[in-house]
Amino acid sequence: MSLAAVDTKRKLPDLDRVPRVDEVGVNERVARFQSRSIKKESKLQALRMVLSMIDLTTLEGQDTPGKVHQLCQKAMHLHDAVPGLPHVAAVCVYPTMVGVARKALEGRGIHIASVATAFPSGQAPLNVKLEDTRMAVEQGADEIDMVISRGAFLAGDNAFVFDEIAAIKEACGDAHLKVILETGELGTLDRVRRASALAMHAGADFIKTSTGKIQPAATMQVTLVMLQAIRDYFHETGRMVGMKPAGGISSAKLAIHYLVMLRETLGNAWMSPEWFRFGASSLANDVLMQIVKQQTGVYQSADYFSKD
Amino acid sequence: MAAKAKQQDVRVPVAKTYKIYIDGKFPRTESGRYFTLEDGKGRVIANVCRGSRKDFRNATVAARKAQAGWAGANAYLRGQILYRIAEMLEGRREQFIAELKLQGATQHAARKEVDTSIDRLIYFAGWADKYQQVFSAVNPVASSHFNFSVLEPTGVVSIIAPDDSGLLGLVSNVAPTIVGGNTCVVLASESMPLSAVSFAEVLHASDVPAGVVNIITGLRSELTEHFASHMDVNAIVFCDGARKTAKTVQELASDNIKRVIARADIDWSRESSQHPYLIRDTQEVKTTWHPIGS
Amino acid sequence: MATPENKLAFDGGWEYSPAPESTDHIKVAKKYELFIGGDFVAPASGKYFDTINPATEARLSRVALANAADVDKAVKAARKAYKGPWSRMKPAERGKYIYRIARIIQERAREFATIESLDGGKPIREARDVDVPLAAAHFFYYAGWADKLEYAFPGRSVRPMGVAGQIIPWNFPLLMAAWKVAPALACGNTVVLKPAETTPLTAMKLAEVVADAGLPEGVVNIVTGAGDTGASIVSHPGVDKIAFTGSTDVGRIIQKALAGSKKKYTLELGGKAANIIFADAAIDEAVEGIVNGIFFNQGHVCCAGSRLFVQESVAEQVVRKLRDRMETLIVGDPLDKNTDIGAINSKAQLEKIESYLEIGQQEGGDMYQSSCAVPDKGYWCRPTIFTGVSQSNRVVQEEIFGPVLAIQTFRTFDEAVSKANNTPYGLSGGVWTDKGAKIFKMTQSVRAGVIWANTFNKFDPTSPFGGYKESGVGREGGLHGLDAYLALEA
Repeated sequence: MSLAAVDTKRKLPDLDRVPRVDEVGVNERVARFQSRSIKKESKLQALRMVLSMIDLTTLEGQDTPGKVHQLCQKAMHLHDAVPGLPHVAAVCVYPTMVGVARKALEGRGIHIASVATAFPSGQAPLNVKLEDTRMAVEQGADEIDMVISRGAFLAGDNAFVFDEIAAIKEACGDAHLKVILETGELGTLDRVRRASALAMHAGADFIKTSTGKIQPAATMQVTLVMLQAIRDYFHETGRMVGMKPAGGISSAKLAIHYLVMLRETLGNAWMSPEWFRFGASSLANDVLMQIVKQQTGVYQSADYFSKD
Repeated sequence: MAAKAKQQDVRVPVAKTYKIYIDGKFPRTESGRYFTLEDGKGRVIANVCRGSRKDFRNATVAARKAQAGWAGANAYLRGQILYRIAEMLEGRREQFIAELKLQGATQHAARKEVDTSIDRLIYFAGWADKYQQVFSAVNPVASSHFNFSVLEPTGVVSIIAPDDSGLLGLVSNVAPTIVGGNTCVVLASESMPLSAVSFAEVLHASDVPAGVVNIITGLRSELTEHFASHMDVNAIVFCDGARKTAKTVQELASDNIKRVIARADIDWSRESSQHPYLIRDTQEVKTTWHPIGS
Repeated sequence: MATPENKLAFDGGWEYSPAPESTDHIKVAKKYELFIGGDFVAPASGKYFDTINPATEARLSRVALANAADVDKAVKAARKAYKGPWSRMKPAERGKYIYRIARIIQERAREFATIESLDGGKPIREARDVDVPLAAAHFFYYAGWADKLEYAFPGRSVRPMGVAGQIIPWNFPLLMAAWKVAPALACGNTVVLKPAETTPLTAMKLAEVVADAGLPEGVVNIVTGAGDTGASIVSHPGVDKIAFTGSTDVGRIIQKALAGSKKKYTLELGGKAANIIFADAAIDEAVEGIVNGIFFNQGHVCCAGSRLFVQESVAEQVVRKLRDRMETLIVGDPLDKNTDIGAINSKAQLEKIESYLEIGQQEGGDMYQSSCAVPDKGYWCRPTIFTGVSQSNRVVQEEIFGPVLAIQTFRTFDEAVSKANNTPYGLSGGVWTDKGAKIFKMTQSVRAGVIWANTFNKFDPTSPFGGYKESGVGREGGLHGLDAYLALEA
């Protein structure tokens, strides 16, 4: 199926009008966020919020139905010793595992996100990517995490990247679309800003930093730039777009820095799992340990928290 | 029944093993060889590692790996680290004095050498964030360009420390080399090698990143040619005067246009032997042009 | 399509709980004497004055009021030390004493930061992350120059000036003390320092550091007091050099008072810096630069970017983002680690700022303030911007010394430069553009002593600071900062 046949009511934005980004300035702003001191009640609130925003993830070549089943168990029973904890926002798996997750999580209010479009490289023809997407949706995915064609973007073929995103968005149907920019391959913050604008105008419901399969994955710097892009897009169009940093966020402390950054960049409207997610696997247990520490006053050991 | 013998209240001291210092660790020489250091009466003081060319090669790999990070550390930080080395050496003053005496110095000379070494480190610590101001330039070119010249470290420097100085000669050459952002591999004095190894311990306690300074003990006759010929070393500082050896060093260095810095016959105890040109010797000059316009 | 409804919401929701810095480890005495000749001595008049916490209006301590007799004593002690041990000491040894001061400040960093915040009202985060580290770094930098002065002045030999009288302001009390004392000592002078009357405490703690560092008595003398004490220092015949940081009005008085005397002087005075944003700037970082430029330290900064010039095509965008950013600035208890804007230093200063807010509105400017809460007791001013003002307005011309920004638009490069220079001041300026050539042309054209390109309010001990025109004469910091404390001879 050629891209020309795709019905795009959306318009390719003029990327030259996207503001430039100064790396040193971004680093300084990030340092300011990191010097915020989040304590006591605000810390407990933040930790619970982080938990509710986690997309519990397994994306390994060696994933099996058994593994995914155990992940879903963890999603439903984060730490039963502490009652009243929020559940995670979603589990994130490969399309072939969506069915397993659906069965395990039926009726629990936890979404199922599936990667698609030849994740993580994105090096496949469009028809393969569309089929990948449709299959995941048919199997029961609520959310699709796609990857952009980095090669085309770096080569300057913005129209190609745009059209591809728009086509995948169509194929998603009712499922919402997260667009992974793979910021670690884009090289500069300027490109991250431009790719963000491109993805949102093409129909992204969420923009996401990384596949988590290469280094660097998510950083506060690229996340800030993407949040700024979301803010400009919201002002221009009135449409809210969500944001998901993925990979490399394994400590509760760092996750709270991200929440500070979110709050001071986009404000209250974005402070919920509907608009912000953490793509993580080991983050949950560190958050749980911090919650128990906040409640008991005693530093915890990893031995007391299940690893599924 | 024999009476139990009365135990002597004598404590057996623990002798120190002298190793070499590469990449922030203290290995023995990979060759397993040693040479002995004897005191004036022919008694063995220590077994010293007889370093090999492979040790030297490993050290240059470590030095190269560490160089970009060290040069990237800001000047204030480098100055703080050199000051810390001075603090650590001051704390071990007695140890170093004793060690120099063991290697033949008088009490007076040893004390003076250690104190001068400490003050020399402080001297160069103070240059860290200043030499750039003294030696850089903004050049008033005739075209509409902002043109500026700054110093940049040359990279990895091999240093053949003076043989006739156990500590001060080594410190006087290492400090200006590293304060300018270079990393180095040092061949310690052959006749007085112990202080160099103990100095490595001081470096290790001073937040000096691994690989910035590497210290090898061994024979000049075996190692000089490698210090001079290694293709991944950018400069060699050569402190021994023998003209024939100096000529050989120069010849071997020419293969990669290694910068050759000869510092022979210098009395390192004099105040006049410390100055910022020792820093400049291992720096390159980089000039940048940028248009001025709207 | 942008509509007024596409606004971001910053109030309510997840708020930060109080995160106060602890004060149980700091030591503030009930009373401080004068530090003269290596000892803490009572003032001749027996008089003391209060120093209060501007966030709570509670008294922190009482400090001695130095009169002419005390100043005379201090100058004599400084002269004795200068002629005695200090000038006879080898420069390298002098340097070591200054290194000791740097090290002790580092060791007591948290205590210094906390007391600075209590006494002056600045946020603990700034005192901790900016003021105190820079102060230590300043001592560290100049300590290293003590034995290297022959390299700083080609073709000249140098000698110290003698006794330096130094008068510093209340906006960066410890840092300004470091900027004065460190180079003076490194160059072989001895000093008589007078901290500002509303912020004497960190200077007294510095006196303790000087004593603990073992400096010979009389090398550093610290006398507390107000305008009269300062005047006594300026007029004392035993002082060779006057260094003053403060308002241009007082600077004028000092320069006039020194006319006809042999005293050398350097003055670091007021400013009304232009911060210029071009359409091709990195806009979000530029907005952050505006915030750092005028709201850092409550705007109590001589080099504050208090006049914003934004290129018309991006003006709406910049002002909108600025307003959003202002909503996230937290005004409150300086000791709370999350506070961005602390207390105004004194009642007098607050009244001055408020009078300008009144003037600005009367002049026809549109005033906008963020909506944050402020505590009941204490002296507070919310971050404020004025739009619809121009070069002929008083709020654009006069130094307000508070968190108040005057915003104008411009169309061309030349217009921006012309307006930036259209002021008797010339301390600093800022330019935001992605184009390097424009930066260098700006730096060539703006008549100010410090130009910040794509950044603002950045300080470093190696970087010279000082003004053109009525912003003062002389430089502090860097190699050029040595000039202030040396006599050059052929």
